[in-house]
Amino acid sequence: MSAPARDIRRSAAGPVLSARDLHTWFELRQWGFLRVGSVRAVDGVNFELQAGEAVAFVGESGCGKSSLARTLLGLHQPTRGEVIFEGRSLGTLDARERKTYLARVGFVQQDPYGALPPFMDVRRILHEPLIVHGMRNRAEREKRAREALEEVRLSPPDDFLSKFPHMLSGGQQQRVVIARALILRPAMIIADEPVSMLDASVRVEILQLLRSIQTNHGLTLAFITHDLSTVRHFAERIFVMYAGRIVEQAPVNELLNHPQHPYTQALLGAISDPDPDNALQMREVPPGEPPSLLKPPAGCRFHPRCNRMIPGTCDQEDPPEFEPRNGHHTACWLYR
Amino acid sequence: MASEPLLRVEDLRLHYRSGNGVVRALDGVSFDIRRNEALVVLGESGCGKSTLAKALMRLLPRNVQHFSGNLLVDGVETMGFSEERFRREVRWVRISMVMQAAMNALNPVIRVGEQVAEPLRVHRGWSARQARERTAEVFGLVGISADFLQRYPFELSGGMRQRAVLAMALVTEPDLVIMDEPTSALDVLTQASIMNALKRIKQELGTSFILITHDVSTSSEIAERVALMYAGQLVEFADAKDFFGEPAHPYSKLLMASVPRLHQEETPVHIPGQPPNLLNPPEGCRFAERCPSRFDRCDRDPETFRIGNRRTVRCWLHAAGSRA
Repeated sequence: MSAPARDIRRSAAGPVLSARDLHTWFELRQWGFLRVGSVRAVDGVNFELQAGEAVAFVGESGCGKSSLARTLLGLHQPTRGEVIFEGRSLGTLDARERKTYLARVGFVQQDPYGALPPFMDVRRILHEPLIVHGMRNRAEREKRAREALEEVRLSPPDDFLSKFPHMLSGGQQQRVVIARALILRPAMIIADEPVSMLDASVRVEILQLLRSIQTNHGLTLAFITHDLSTVRHFAERIFVMYAGRIVEQAPVNELLNHPQHPYTQALLGAISDPDPDNALQMREVPPGEPPSLLKPPAGCRFHPRCNRMIPGTCDQEDPPEFEPRNGHHTACWLYR
Repeated sequence: MASEPLLRVEDLRLHYRSGNGVVRALDGVSFDIRRNEALVVLGESGCGKSTLAKALMRLLPRNVQHFSGNLLVDGVETMGFSEERFRREVRWVRISMVMQAAMNALNPVIRVGEQVAEPLRVHRGWSARQARERTAEVFGLVGISADFLQRYPFELSGGMRQRAVLAMALVTEPDLVIMDEPTSALDVLTQASIMNALKRIKQELGTSFILITHDVSTSSEIAERVALMYAGQLVEFADAKDFFGEPAHPYSKLLMASVPRLHQEETPVHIPGQPPNLLNPPEGCRFAERCPSRFDRCDRDPETFRIGNRRTVRCWLHAAGSRA
């Protein structure tokens, strides 16, 4: 097997993964052939992820965060721009290299119930990626599977290897999904809403597990989530997405304490911590809803809902990225 | 009868038959709610909170093995009511409900306005026109433009649909609306604006709300009273101020510590272990197995003790309080 050796992980200088001017559009057709427009799910995204860091992409449903995850995984072909992993653009990889790439990037899906094939037991679920990647030795595969289960704290592994997904609780299923993502010893893990389908009480547990695996192995971890209140504890850097774009990015505490973009400010203002005084006041919520990605508004995409909109600028020109504070970037004309 | 609570629930029990035996989904739940009060029922999934909502509306599945207790509406015992009388006098007249994921259960081929007006047509026998006018009014109340009356569900966003099902629950002007996980599938901003709408409706109409949810943070947006359920039982019932500020039951304490908070440095701590199986719940305290303060008395089922005037706790640690 072309086992990705662990020690080369940090050898590549610079970012592990970066996106340059990334666009993922989905063409809409009528009657199968008439082009009626494109859904601009990812529309000009730039970022760099450093080796060993945990980042979170935060946004509401329909902001393009899942499409971004799938583009990073190479499941969607970018319409424009490129994804660069360890110095090479995904678009230039041949079939064999793509396979290696997929082994280097683990994926944790949103819905563990849907991610695990119901007719496979845990053993087969964990062996399969190893078989696909050419590990012929059964004993070695079994050893890896056990290690992976221990890693996600499903121990003793013997209790779980012969179980089928329906025999496991939601939290246990998600652990199996994580074990499967880890089994090829990836350099990076992309987790798309890893806990949104789970019970509140298991969420923290799964996030802590992911985070500890990430720090123990120095993995790069990209969370895709809508939940800002958990992000603080499980990521180092936050990217806020709105309507297919990244509107703000900064280290966690910086972003939470000094949000710059009016959208981020609104988002943070809408989140409640359990406080009985909450019941006494109304929350300020920007009017309207996120725009259609089929026909996003001109200029800044948040301008129709923004209370600090600058007429003549925000509604006409796309805001570039500014850096109002050190290491804190935002695409908003207020910081021109 | 001004002193009577709007709804008083006493020792409610509901057991289901299942392939593996009897599931004791509700096992002795007592609480009350006053007029214009917002009560939040918190609990993990499988603790019986949705069953509680259905029991209050008497929307029971066929496999009910045992259903007992008292349900007093304005001091009138309704458990003895026939199905027909309950439907005529209580359900959707005094108490209405927004079911879990109801926004996804709207009929896709019927205009939203008609669906929302349906309770008026069915329960009150109003004409289509009367019902439409009233529906438009309620739409305004929940924050949807009356233009949407003519739309089909697929033309509405998730937040709009949630408002529409809320309108459906409000259209008959009930005294109490029960909402089962009304915002858990929605985005943060939508959640906040729905909670705003609830607060406004409560102020303007004086409606009482029972909000059933696992989301402690969002629930605090409206909660005046909090009831925490665990394994089919009510473990703590208190004013929101006391519950959020100083939870009394060990489970309440752990639950509050497990909530991720935006404005707090400490990492939330998860509660180890799993809730017991309701097929065969443990003899003594149902939380004992996971409880850090367990002691020998916990092998016996704890009584519910009263702390002060407004709080009850089902835990031996509070045995100094009077029996409730």
